[in-house]
Amino acid sequence: MSFIEAIDLVKTYSPKGSPQVRALDGLNLEVQQGSVTALLGPNGAGKTTTVKVLTTLIQPDSGSAFIDGVNVVAEPQAIRRMIGASGQYAAVDQNLTGFENLLMVGKLYHLGTRVARQRATELIELFDLVEAQNRTVKGYSGGMRRRIDLAGALVIRPPVLFLDEPTTGLDPRSRLGLWEVIERLVADGTTVLLTTQYLEEADRLANSISVIDNGQVIAQGTADELKASIGGLRVAVTLVDESQSENARTLLTRFGSGEQAILTGRTLVVPVQDGPHALAAIVSAAAEEGIGLHDAGMRRPTLDDVFLQLTGRSAQTDEAETESAA
Amino acid sequence: MTTSTSTTLQPIPGNSLTRFLSDGWVTTWRNLMKIIRVPEILLFSLIQPVMFVLLFTYVFGAAIDIPGDGYTSFLMAGIFAQTVVFGSTYSGSAMAQDLKDGIIDRFRTLPMSGAAVLVGRTNGDLVINTLSMLVMMGTGLLVGWRVNSSPLEFLAGVGLLLLFSYAFSWVMAFLGMSVKSPEIINNASFLVLFPLTFISNAFVPSENLPTPLRVFAEWNPVSALVQSARELFGNVPPGTIVGEAWPAQNPIATVLIGVSVLLVIFVPLCIRKFATISR
Ligand SMILES: Nc1ncnc2c1ncn2[C@@H]1O[C@H](COP(=O)(O)OP(=O)(O)OP(=O)(O)O)[C@@H](O)[C@H]1O
Ligand SMILES: [Mg+2]
Repeated sequence: MSFIEAIDLVKTYSPKGSPQVRALDGLNLEVQQGSVTALLGPNGAGKTTTVKVLTTLIQPDSGSAFIDGVNVVAEPQAIRRMIGASGQYAAVDQNLTGFENLLMVGKLYHLGTRVARQRATELIELFDLVEAQNRTVKGYSGGMRRRIDLAGALVIRPPVLFLDEPTTGLDPRSRLGLWEVIERLVADGTTVLLTTQYLEEADRLANSISVIDNGQVIAQGTADELKASIGGLRVAVTLVDESQSENARTLLTRFGSGEQAILTGRTLVVPVQDGPHALAAIVSAAAEEGIGLHDAGMRRPTLDDVFLQLTGRSAQTDEAETESAA
Repeated sequence: MTTSTSTTLQPIPGNSLTRFLSDGWVTTWRNLMKIIRVPEILLFSLIQPVMFVLLFTYVFGAAIDIPGDGYTSFLMAGIFAQTVVFGSTYSGSAMAQDLKDGIIDRFRTLPMSGAAVLVGRTNGDLVINTLSMLVMMGTGLLVGWRVNSSPLEFLAGVGLLLLFSYAFSWVMAFLGMSVKSPEIINNASFLVLFPLTFISNAFVPSENLPTPLRVFAEWNPVSALVQSARELFGNVPPGTIVGEAWPAQNPIATVLIGVSVLLVIFVPLCIRKFATISR
């Protein structure tokens, strides 16, 4: 059995006045001990719902989940002794100072006042909040709140850490800082499950990526495996005139290795067999058919391509958001 | 099976009772800090009853003829009751706010007692209510209110008022978790609590009310609370006609039964609700 294991999780929501939502639709997940696993998926894919089930916040309608062999649904209190969790939105007490927030969390883990204080002091330093530690969180910026919340997840140095979009809202320096913290924790043996919208983050941190869409894991592997799984080189072109996109798509698909070319905005991407050859052919055919190109190039697949190929959507577009909200 | 990382911090020894008490204290502390750091909450929960004491005394006092010590003494128990009942609303809106802020999600991922969070919540309100009682009593004494009973009876009266508000806090906490919106709780409770406190003997003797309202007032638990407090403070005007309904005849027993029923129903309901709630 894997260290974290989710089997066939189903969770439906029935919001008032709108149709039922199947947030998790038979989701299966395995996380190896000591790894960093990233859940990657468009808005509304079910990432937060998965994390909430694993951190005992909500109960699945059916299916089961285990952490280190402990049943998440049946023994939530045992799970809570071994996890640290930071949700998608910072969960901090606005009227307490940063230090008091961490002290409170330590006390509620029953560490005793002395250890709780000591740990709060360490974490305040680790997250670069020494100057702000005695101010109430109400006056913190979004990123500072986020950091206090993340620090709260690390209070007991938990063997398992759940981070739901940990770097959303952090500035580049804090993001880099957090990545380093996570890498150090992993070096010490912590198992991390995180969700992210940033492919770069998954690429850099995760040994294993699970792509989620519509409440199911639709692909799983290392970043390299996922990239390899969707074939070799891509040819990407940017159109001058968006109205020519249908013609251009047909053209690219003709020179591709079999799959449809995918359009996002004015950019078309298609997997190809023989890169240089296909690129030359596409450029000359476009000139012949009068399709204007801003630029054309060849590149290795990125995680974004994986995303596009698997979900038909880009990971970071607003389209995905409106789609899931509708 | 693998073991956890060697550096993971372990809890200090304790049993479920000591942990419950410790968790209850920590969450109470958090709510007290809020009272200290956001003094407006206390200020506004004090201004209203003081204003009511003054308005009723000087506006209605002249018009409403109450034998004995006069209207102010009659009124005070009513204002006390109204204030503690409205004070419990805060439990509901604060619970909804905590849920919205996600702090409840934080608590629910910690190995702490969920019941302790609710105890901390209702304890915090007990503190607010106690403080507003003190301020109101001071104001009352200034405008002529007198206690005509033994210290023991007086304390029993205060205790009964606070007990009632404590039980109501649990009801409101449950509503707060169900509705999940601090604004709705505030507005909705206003709609329910205003008639509940006004169609009673709190501000005028209920025997003068038209029959349907009089029957409602006689069965209204707030009337029982007011009548109990009046009796225990020695503020019942001479010649008061007590209604025939059982609650009107036995106000203290009614309050104690009402408080028990509310607690027996809403404490378990709250704990069960809390165990599955999330932002
Ligand atoms: N409390 C809720 N009530 C109703 N529907 C919900 C609730 N929580 C989630 N959903 C729905 O369940 C689906 C999955 O939501 P979830 O929050 O898990 O997505 P996500 O992958 O975390 O998205 P995002 O990237 O936007 O955070 C969505 O369609 C969402 O609208
Ligand atoms: Mg989410």
